[in-house]
Amino acid sequence: MSTGTTKLDVVVSDVVPVNELVTRFHFRRRDGELLPTFSGGAHVVVEMRDGDRTRLNPYSLMGSPLDTREYTISVRRDDVGRGGSLFMHRQVKPGLEMVISYPVNLFSLDLRAKKHLMLAGGIGITPFMAQTSQLAGAGGNFELHYTCRTASLGTYADVLQQRYGNRVRLYHDDREERIDLDRLLSSQPLGTHLYVCGPAGMINWVRDRAAALGWPPETVHFEHFAAPQPGAPFDVELAVSGKTIRVGEQQSLLEAIEAAGVDPPYLCRGGVCGQCETNVISSDGKFIHNDHWLSEEDHRSGCKIMPCVSRFEGKSLVLER
Amino acid sequence: MAAKTIISRPIYGTLSPQPGKHHLFIADAEGALAIIDMAGKAPPGFFDGTEIVFIPGPEGKHIAALEALKPAQLHIAPSFASLLPRLKQTLTNAHMGLRLYLSGTEGLIGQAMQVALEAGMDHTSMQTEHRGSLARRMQCVHCKGITENVTTQPALCAHCGLLLLVRDHYSRRLAAFQGVCINAEDRSEVPPMEEAFP
Ligand code: FES
Repeated sequence: MSTGTTKLDVVVSDVVPVNELVTRFHFRRRDGELLPTFSGGAHVVVEMRDGDRTRLNPYSLMGSPLDTREYTISVRRDDVGRGGSLFMHRQVKPGLEMVISYPVNLFSLDLRAKKHLMLAGGIGITPFMAQTSQLAGAGGNFELHYTCRTASLGTYADVLQQRYGNRVRLYHDDREERIDLDRLLSSQPLGTHLYVCGPAGMINWVRDRAAALGWPPETVHFEHFAAPQPGAPFDVELAVSGKTIRVGEQQSLLEAIEAAGVDPPYLCRGGVCGQCETNVISSDGKFIHNDHWLSEEDHRSGCKIMPCVSRFEGKSLVLER
Repeated sequence: MAAKTIISRPIYGTLSPQPGKHHLFIADAEGALAIIDMAGKAPPGFFDGTEIVFIPGPEGKHIAALEALKPAQLHIAPSFASLLPRLKQTLTNAHMGLRLYLSGTEGLIGQAMQVALEAGMDHTSMQTEHRGSLARRMQCVHCKGITENVTTQPALCAHCGLLLLVRDHYSRRLAAFQGVCINAEDRSEVPPMEEAFP
């Protein structure tokens, strides 16, 4: 398998429904040993063997980095997605043996920061669960602003408020509570770093405002795992391996390449890490880019694609793979 | 231009207008020209949120040109020491999003940067441009005294009077170059003093 994706054999030690949409899963090592250490913001890729299909989805670790007896992830049910979250919700029970990747951190804290300002939207709260534990343990200075649809969907809002009191601020969409972003960003002490995890729209909004208000890009960290979108099937020629493959409606291009026995690099499978970047040799049609890695220029050029999340529509596509 | 070959030496760039609403410029002497050159590229309204702190050179040039940029505030200071309390105050009250622009001599850039870092500012919020004299701020490794505006090689320590070789070894913490006794073995050996950092 690919770079940094060494596997861990685990068993599901607990499954805990958190609210109507979110369920938490606990994993322990099958051999009873401790799991590898990680830092707040890390994720693992969970392999879901569902009949003859294998899905690989990234999930942020949300437990305390100080406790490596188990890993915990929280999965929000997505009824219109490609089925990964439904598989987790319906098929995964305590005692099930699963395989997950080693943790990889693409959203780590910059510990040189004087203060950490965190903005979470919805299920984007999970990496902050681990980061706040890590910072609280080390006496770090942080403040978390968490937007959720309703109080009952404010996953872990109660736990966080209990742990950190007024360092946690909640905003409920149904009560028309909105973060006063410009004010918040304009009132932070020098040396603050900003972290955002949530829906793409929120991330773009926060990044735009931070840039406009003078925050250097190096101080703005974000993570958004784009879920691969289903779409019309399309054919791809893999020039290096000399294969022609078909990407199914519910399959990602990366999954289709893997299913053909080719082993391309990946880390996040969510369009953020850049590992899977692939050169396009020729194309006749339209790219559907869903990643957060390539620049707009790259997207327009049609010379590159991130197969973990992006698709293609048209007559022909030849990749250097 | 300052030599670029020594790793411990800071690398200076060219000022360019950054996004944001608050901009603080600190410049000495010819450093004003870096601000004036940059102003041509600044978007309209840029100087409305700008404070310039300027230490004029001995001829007192460039003040009018800086005034013409119509910054929200222009503060003229006779020396770095005299502007220090005000600078510290400004930085204490400042927030993330403030951009700092330092231009002029190495001594000024180094000292101002040090104050900004101490105030918690991130180095990515700062820009620098070297202009004017190559004069060095030097710390004598023997008595630890700082001598400003060193232009010769070797140079006399203003504190203990030793004749010092001004090394290229630069300390960011002290914002100074290191000066080491050049004739420790035999004080009667006095190498000629040359104008090395005009
Ligand atoms: S695997 Fe990370 S961007 Fe595709």
